Amino acid sequence: MYNSKVRGKLIEGDKSLGQISQEILAPIHRKKPPLWWYAALLVSLSMFGFGLYAKYVTISTGIGTWGVNNSIAWGWAIINFVWWIGIGHAGTAFSIFLLILRQKWRTAINRAAEAMTVVAVFCASLFPLLHMGRPWLFFWIFPYPNTRGPLWVNFNSPLFWDFVAISAYLLISASFWYFGMVPDFATIRDTAKSKVKKAVYGFFSFGWTGSSKEWLRFEGLSFVLGGIAAVLVVSVHSIVSTDFAVSVKPGWHTTIFPPYFVVGAIFSGFAMVLTLVITMRGLYKMNDFITDSHVDAVCRILIFISLIMGTAYVTEVFMAWYSANDYEFSLFFRTRLFGEYAFQFWAMFIANAVIPQLFWFKAVRRRMWVVFIISIIINIGMWFERFNIVVTSLSRDYLPSAWASYSPTWVEIAFFTGTIGMFITGVLLFFRYIPMIAISELKSVAKFDKPNNGQLKSTGHE
Amino acid sequence: MTKYWRSLDELNDPVAFKKSEIRLEVDAKRAVAQKAAGSSRRDFLKTFGFSVAAAAVVASCKRPVDKAIPYLVKPEEVTPGVANYYASSYFEGNEYCSVLVKVRDGRPIKIEGNDLSSVSQRGTSARVQASVLNLYDDARFKTPLKRGEATTWEEVDDYIGKKLAQLNQDNKKVVLLTSSIISPSTKKVIQQFQERYPVVEWLPYDAVSAAGILKANELSFGAAFIPDYRFEKAKVIVGFGADFLGTWLSSVEYIKGYSAGRRVLEKGDVMNRHYQFETGMTVTGSNADVRFPVKPSEEKTILTALYYQLLQAKGSMTVMAPASPVDINGLAEDLLANEGQSLVVSGSNDVHTQLIVNAINQLLGNYGNTVLTGRTLNTHQGIDADFETFISELKNKTVAGVLCWGVNPVYNHPKGSELKDLIAGVELSLSFSDRKDETTAACHWVCPEPHYLESWNDAEPKSGMFSLAQPTISKLFDSRQVQESLLKWAGEETPNYYEFVKKHWSEELSKLQNTNTDARIFWNDTLQKGVFEPGNASPELTYSEAGLGEALSALSESNGWEVVLYESVGLKDGSSGNNPWLQELPDPVAKISWDNFAAVPVKWAEENGLQNESVITINGVELPVFIQPGQAAGTISVALGYGREVAGKVGDGVGTNMYPFVSVENGARKFWVAGADVQTTAKTFELALSQTHHSMEGRPIVRETNFSDWQIDPRSGNELKEEHEKHDVSLYPAPEFKGHHWGMAVDLSSCIGCSNCAISCQAENNVQVIGKEEVRNRRIMHWIRIDRYFSNNPENPEVYHQPVMCQHCDNAPCENVCPVSATPHSDEGLNQMAYNRCVGTKYCVNNCPYKVRRFNWFEYVKNDAFDFNSNSELGRMVLNPDVTVRSRGVVEKCSFCVQRIQEKKTAARVAGRKVEDGEIQPACVQSCPADALVFGDLNDPNSKISKYFKNERNYHLLEELHTLPSVGYLTKVRNKKS
Repeated sequence: MYNSKVRGKLIEGDKSLGQISQEILAPIHRKKPPLWWYAALLVSLSMFGFGLYAKYVTISTGIGTWGVNNSIAWGWAIINFVWWIGIGHAGTAFSIFLLILRQKWRTAINRAAEAMTVVAVFCASLFPLLHMGRPWLFFWIFPYPNTRGPLWVNFNSPLFWDFVAISAYLLISASFWYFGMVPDFATIRDTAKSKVKKAVYGFFSFGWTGSSKEWLRFEGLSFVLGGIAAVLVVSVHSIVSTDFAVSVKPGWHTTIFPPYFVVGAIFSGFAMVLTLVITMRGLYKMNDFITDSHVDAVCRILIFISLIMGTAYVTEVFMAWYSANDYEFSLFFRTRLFGEYAFQFWAMFIANAVIPQLFWFKAVRRRMWVVFIISIIINIGMWFERFNIVVTSLSRDYLPSAWASYSPTWVEIAFFTGTIGMFITGVLLFFRYIPMIAISELKSVAKFDKPNNGQLKSTGHE
Repeated sequence: MTKYWRSLDELNDPVAFKKSEIRLEVDAKRAVAQKAAGSSRRDFLKTFGFSVAAAAVVASCKRPVDKAIPYLVKPEEVTPGVANYYASSYFEGNEYCSVLVKVRDGRPIKIEGNDLSSVSQRGTSARVQASVLNLYDDARFKTPLKRGEATTWEEVDDYIGKKLAQLNQDNKKVVLLTSSIISPSTKKVIQQFQERYPVVEWLPYDAVSAAGILKANELSFGAAFIPDYRFEKAKVIVGFGADFLGTWLSSVEYIKGYSAGRRVLEKGDVMNRHYQFETGMTVTGSNADVRFPVKPSEEKTILTALYYQLLQAKGSMTVMAPASPVDINGLAEDLLANEGQSLVVSGSNDVHTQLIVNAINQLLGNYGNTVLTGRTLNTHQGIDADFETFISELKNKTVAGVLCWGVNPVYNHPKGSELKDLIAGVELSLSFSDRKDETTAACHWVCPEPHYLESWNDAEPKSGMFSLAQPTISKLFDSRQVQESLLKWAGEETPNYYEFVKKHWSEELSKLQNTNTDARIFWNDTLQKGVFEPGNASPELTYSEAGLGEALSALSESNGWEVVLYESVGLKDGSSGNNPWLQELPDPVAKISWDNFAAVPVKWAEENGLQNESVITINGVELPVFIQPGQAAGTISVALGYGREVAGKVGDGVGTNMYPFVSVENGARKFWVAGADVQTTAKTFELALSQTHHSMEGRPIVRETNFSDWQIDPRSGNELKEEHEKHDVSLYPAPEFKGHHWGMAVDLSSCIGCSNCAISCQAENNVQVIGKEEVRNRRIMHWIRIDRYFSNNPENPEVYHQPVMCQHCDNAPCENVCPVSATPHSDEGLNQMAYNRCVGTKYCVNNCPYKVRRFNWFEYVKNDAFDFNSNSELGRMVLNPDVTVRSRGVVEKCSFCVQRIQEKKTAARVAGRKVEDGEIQPACVQSCPADALVFGDLNDPNSKISKYFKNERNYHLLEELHTLPSVGYLTKVRNKKS
């Protein structure tokens, strides 16, 4: 088996290539998924249904059914949008950056991470669409020649950039994910016994035969898409941050936002990856492929990102004081740190900058349930970060006469619940119908039966 | 072989001919077959195609059918799309205003101030502005009613005529209960009516009377009248519980005079000093230079002390004066230094208090200068004692008939519930009310009168100042003017009040002038102008000290809580309770709409752990609390005018009726309660606050200075402006406006916070009413809001009023963030809003530092969830056709009344001239009673706006953000004693 001095074994249990395919495809080849799968699907679909009802209410009655007002015009919808986009960040970031850094251990996780990305970006994209006053006219933000003048979009608006960035990101990450799956679909096609499965997976595998020429094309395409996606990973959340940074609001108008948002997004995404793969390990006994050292590696990355997050938070607070800008100062010190929204601020700070530091301890990293809980805490912390940004700045801006408070209504909560349901549904379907681990890529780390020690020394981290 | 041929074709090419012959045959057969089958595949496709197309057209392109009927004979004055203005007179709830009515396509849609009137001087109040909506009130009666059932005028006339005759014959008393009547013609009608029926007694009744002043003047001058207060001539103004900038007597006129005496723009301008003694924080008190929060029971003591102190200073008398609870030495000094140029007014209904006020004004030589007795204000005529007599007569059954006109005592008299049964019990009870109210509900007969915009009338609000009211729309319902009803019952066959008024004017009033010798020309001229002011005042009356001794010696005692009942700026006496505009207007000081509330002192609330929205009980009545900075200790203020029970869909059940708290003392109604039992409860009640934060947080939002500092340096208080201008750098070229560049200036020193602009804007721009719940959710739609801040001591704070509308920034943060370019900048400096284009991302709402953008969270028009004026055909008649009614999901905001700008620009172009300065007036500017708003072209160096912008006091709100607003604010100047 593939082994390295630093990482240890990437696949446990001395598996043959055939065994790898067999074990990973087991959930797909099972006649019926386990009972818990149906139960979970029922729960997630009912959450999804609840969300659909909230969307119906929103569209039929108006966003007046939300808690937003003329001072705080963005609320949960935008918080959740940024939150989901952040989560949607990790998959592609994971694949691309670890690919660039030649981290082979990514192969066990990247498929799940990318799947998560696609579903999360879908969840995210619902929010900007439905938070519009007239969502049926959403196509007006497409820049295309039209009969309305022609009226063009406002190329100066961050919301337009947002739209471009997110749709590009969604397209590229979905393609990247899908094309990576083609060889695996072919494997399913070849191993499936049911005719229907053969036909369906055959269709999606594009007639993949596994010839050298195909592999060559495949690799080429992966690199091209990967190259584009690498740029988009950085651009998409930078652009989401300009929704805030381009404005004049205290707490929004800061140059730290683009890097801060990108790092924050990767942070939340990696945390969600942890949540997901630990679930996979638990439910599908994938411990041999997603080993403890995989989880350990992700945890180490989180320590580092958490430190960056902490630095960003402190920098923001410092700048609020150092700038001698009364509006910034008042916002940070009288509203965020100590004031009406102190709970949200400290929840964010502790969950994102303090608690992940527990990962310094090996004992913590080795206990899956602790890692699982911390990953959830980070996700909640990142939600509070977005709450902090969106709501506090709007509720305490320039003219105190317009200061207002905000609390969500059941419609907004149901809308959010719906996207969580949608996400879980997507993940469950992914478990059932798509190989959770990229078989073909995993096999690449399983190919050296007897590693050449000399080669390993020179490349170190491989 | 003989070759036979049938045609040359066959001869030439027999094969081809045969083919064509066969084809013909086949065609013929096919045609036969087709006929038999009915239709072919081709037909089917044709039919199918057509039906689909037709269905698609019919289904998708259906538009609502609007019936537009062209004029067969076009009326001379009406041009579709062009507004006409008619001068008229508003008089409701004891408030008079000369107005211009804007009529579009036959519908009155907007009230404007009439600048020809020397009473209201182009100013209006929020109530006047909102009165146009009362015309389109669903609660109006459509026909006369007999015991709640529709009936006809014939039946009414038949019955009432006979009944009156019978009562007259039996010598049973009939009371004509009216509000104060200022119409000379109407008085003549009543006289005629009384001549026909001598048993009829005319009784004027005011919900909130000025009986104290009337009685006091009867003693001091021998005549019951309200004098003519000239605020503009006063250098020192002292108010004792008189909300003269809000609701007291002729407030629009007083605001005009008051603000004229305070406008400091150029060197040499002087400023009056305003002292206010009051209990709750009123609009007037919020503008005072020196304000003393006092208990109502202390007012008379202070006045007595002041009187003695002044006497002493004049050396005419030395008596042990009662000690004043507050320090009045500075006030006395100021008054003595400005003898003949000061003015003391009191809102008290206590004769003694008013007698002392008279004595002080006499002592200071104010009579003949700032208080004129030769000209009277006629808007308040009710003598409370007479009404009490009427009640006892009702109880004794000596009154057999009651005709109620413009009054609602069942609601607004403390003995209302008793009156309800008494009125229902008399032989003939009749109401002339045009809409539902509590008293009308008790009457057997309802003879609805038309709204004032449907009526002819005249008015004499002040002696020698006449005005006319003319109909601006034909009667919407089967109503009849009361004057015509009275004349009809007095025996006239076909009464015509229009002719009656005209006759009165040609016979009587035309004599008062000699410009127009022809009475017809005089009539037409006056009708056009709306006012006729011959200006000959009677000689000043002589003052006597009658009753003063008694007044000075009568001591007012009080213990425990004192609860003051005041008229709110929006609803005043409550007669317009069904008007959603007024219900939604935030109180100028508390910023609460849709409810009255108990304004409690800050300290007491802190001590008892009360918050806003806690509930307390006053004499057992539950009221929500608003912690009012500046509320005198040991007192609570609650507004009258709420708690209507029979008002209509909007007004029913809003707030609590406080009229039962009013008591009658010495024959006058007393609008405060002594020794009230106040208890706290654990309950809460939601209030709709449109502003919840009351401090400026030390930010330079309203910049202020004192008059003495301003005299030394007009830039005082505005030092930051220079500082900000130093940092005025940009990477981008400065915006340039080649033609016009519209701008507005707000003089914060003149603005008193009366909120007239908010309603004027609402009427002009079709701003929708959203209801209490949505106001509470901070979604109020007003395009111009008046921010109110407090500073310094919460027990007696300084107050700031700051109107904030769209600042039309030349570097607008809202513009660049809109993804669909729905809010671009015009080349005249206007920040425009293209509603059609807006998709509702609300990014602009967030990015506006002034928070002036309003989002349509719901469909507010034709929506049962928002059952206000825009949910009925009738209510929607008030909509201004020049302004789009916004749909759900779009953002809206102040447009500087772009429709008015365009209208005047077009008019100027047609006339081939330039737009004159001051010609274009947005709705808020036009009728501002304080003249605090100025609009014009910043590119014209001689325009008033340019001068305001160049004034040292001018600054821009949040100018440090470099948004380059087109709205300037002039620093607030107070006149404190240095």
